[in-house]
Amino acid sequence: MNESHKQGRLGDWLFFNLTRLFAVITLAMLVGVVISLTWSAMPSIKEFGFGFLFSSEWNPPAERFGALVPMYGTVVTSVIALVIALPISFGIALFLTELSPAWLRRPLGIAIELLAGIPSIVYGIWGLLVFAPIFGQYVQPLIGGTLGQLPIIGGLFSGPSLGIGILAAGIILAIMIIPFITSVMRDVFELVPPMLKESCYGLGGTTWEVVWKVVLPYTRVGVIGGVMLGLGRALGETMAVTFVIGNASLLSNFSLFLPGNSITSALANEFAEASPGLYTSALVELGLILFLITFIVLSFSKLLLLSLEKQSGKS
Amino acid sequence: MLQSRIFRTTALAVSLGAVAVPAMAAEITGAGASFPAPIYAKWADAYQKATGNKVNYQSIGSGGGIKQINAKTVDFGASDKPLSVEELDKGGLMQFPTVIGGVVPVVNVTGVQPGNMNLTGAVLADIYLGKITKWNDKAIADLNPKLSLPATDIAVVRRADGSGTSFIFTNYLSKVSDEWKSKVGEGTAVQWPTGMGGKGNEGVAAFLQRIPNSVGYVEYAYAKQNKLAHVNLKNAAGNYVAPDDETFKDAAATADWNKSAFGEILTNQAGKKAWPITGATFILMHKVQDKPAQAVEVLKFFEWSYKNGDKMASDLDYVPLPESLIKQIAASWSNIKDASGKAVK
Repeated sequence: MNESHKQGRLGDWLFFNLTRLFAVITLAMLVGVVISLTWSAMPSIKEFGFGFLFSSEWNPPAERFGALVPMYGTVVTSVIALVIALPISFGIALFLTELSPAWLRRPLGIAIELLAGIPSIVYGIWGLLVFAPIFGQYVQPLIGGTLGQLPIIGGLFSGPSLGIGILAAGIILAIMIIPFITSVMRDVFELVPPMLKESCYGLGGTTWEVVWKVVLPYTRVGVIGGVMLGLGRALGETMAVTFVIGNASLLSNFSLFLPGNSITSALANEFAEASPGLYTSALVELGLILFLITFIVLSFSKLLLLSLEKQSGKS
Repeated sequence: MLQSRIFRTTALAVSLGAVAVPAMAAEITGAGASFPAPIYAKWADAYQKATGNKVNYQSIGSGGGIKQINAKTVDFGASDKPLSVEELDKGGLMQFPTVIGGVVPVVNVTGVQPGNMNLTGAVLADIYLGKITKWNDKAIADLNPKLSLPATDIAVVRRADGSGTSFIFTNYLSKVSDEWKSKVGEGTAVQWPTGMGGKGNEGVAAFLQRIPNSVGYVEYAYAKQNKLAHVNLKNAAGNYVAPDDETFKDAAATADWNKSAFGEILTNQAGKKAWPITGATFILMHKVQDKPAQAVEVLKFFEWSYKNGDKMASDLDYVPLPESLIKQIAASWSNIKDASGKAVK
């Protein structure tokens, strides 16, 4: 009895330390990545300082580098993707959990999970060979003729209809992240206790009211988590963006029709051929900046959740 | 880097395991430029069949090749861009060319067939500078009186990824246009004043085929195999030439390989028939070898390839080096020495 008790305690001790070791490894890897990125980026950080963030120049032969164009491309394509993907994913998840006939749920759900499993390079090639020509020939002239004519925001939709560019990259990203956001939303929507929903329906609530007043408040944390997962994927997506964004380090105006560049596609395109020294270092600094952007987005979502929790505590 | 280290450890383990076999097959590793990768793979395959020795070539890009050879993780590096004499001295390296290839401007303009359009280097530079923006611009029309060119915008396409092809192309533009030289310069990646970038030769070709009224540049083999509409260029001697084996060879024939430790860039050469955007691709090796036996195997491989590989190179649309140059290269190999200062071969 005593013996097996001792063994059990030893087992517990081992298990505790083993899991703690795994947790520490994660932390050590994170710190290691930050240190090695910063270390390799040092020549570039020393040379350009904070100006790196605000310079739109990317001139390898002259060894003058700035991160503004790829940063702009990364953030703008991700925002476009989120603006398009969020309402669509919400609609799909809602349909699947609340409105869809039972026989349709499974096939639709599986289809969405399959979409999430398609490798990004496939989206990229599809975007370049199929989507871009159609987009450039039919959709862009339409957008240019309507939204492009509006004051202020018209500037975002002006310029030649090439089919590739920042807007095209944003739309491809939206298509890629819709399955992710949808499947997380669907999973959390299904967690809402039927009793709560039935009560609301019982009080005469419409489907919209049930979703808005019961399902969403109950699943808030999960929904925001799903959105952040999608945003994280959009920020870090490489191949699909590289194929359709046009890869131009130019920032002459803010039209979304123009080719641009993103941090990840700059890295994918240029790292292999970059000469050692300042050029490589500047590319590594781009990686560091992407790391920081992701970190800021994550912290922001945590803050958002915190403030939401406080609010719900008050009410 | 880690990958190749693991790879080398495995290779070592494998070769140690093979010690018992009487005739031990040598195994050498190289890494670098992607442009010559198909011919290196073909040579390696034929070489293994002929001698039993194995050559592993990893196509990771010229920049990667330079990094790997400096880190001594490979037996030879490969680069499309020759290193300058100072760069070579700094790394204790030597270089020699292997094959020649050409870069070809291609267009997608309605009614323009391959070889139909004539351009000069200066006009090409102005197009890529964004100064000539319409196909019916006087500068283009004057060179092509027989063509009816549309009044549409020129969609400029170029490589997005860092590439030896871009290096040769921008090197040529720098030689023929002072404005290009001062504003943009030459490199595997530059700050392009206009246009959009496709990834790889395939990406450029895909943009070119899908965007009407576009102009781009690809490797010769790629233009030929995909039947893209190449343009004829006016060379330094003042003749309009089409890209093919003969014009590439002519560019190589007139170059003076001695003055720059073989680091000769064959653009804008003076030969009468020389294609102006021609370039060789290079092998990099350490002058002082930690493992002389490996170095000997590398040299044996290239000696064999120079001797037996011309037909294979031509089949893949590369151009073999002229005989006189191969003699010079073989002579330069006496500079590769072991730690005691004795030539390895």
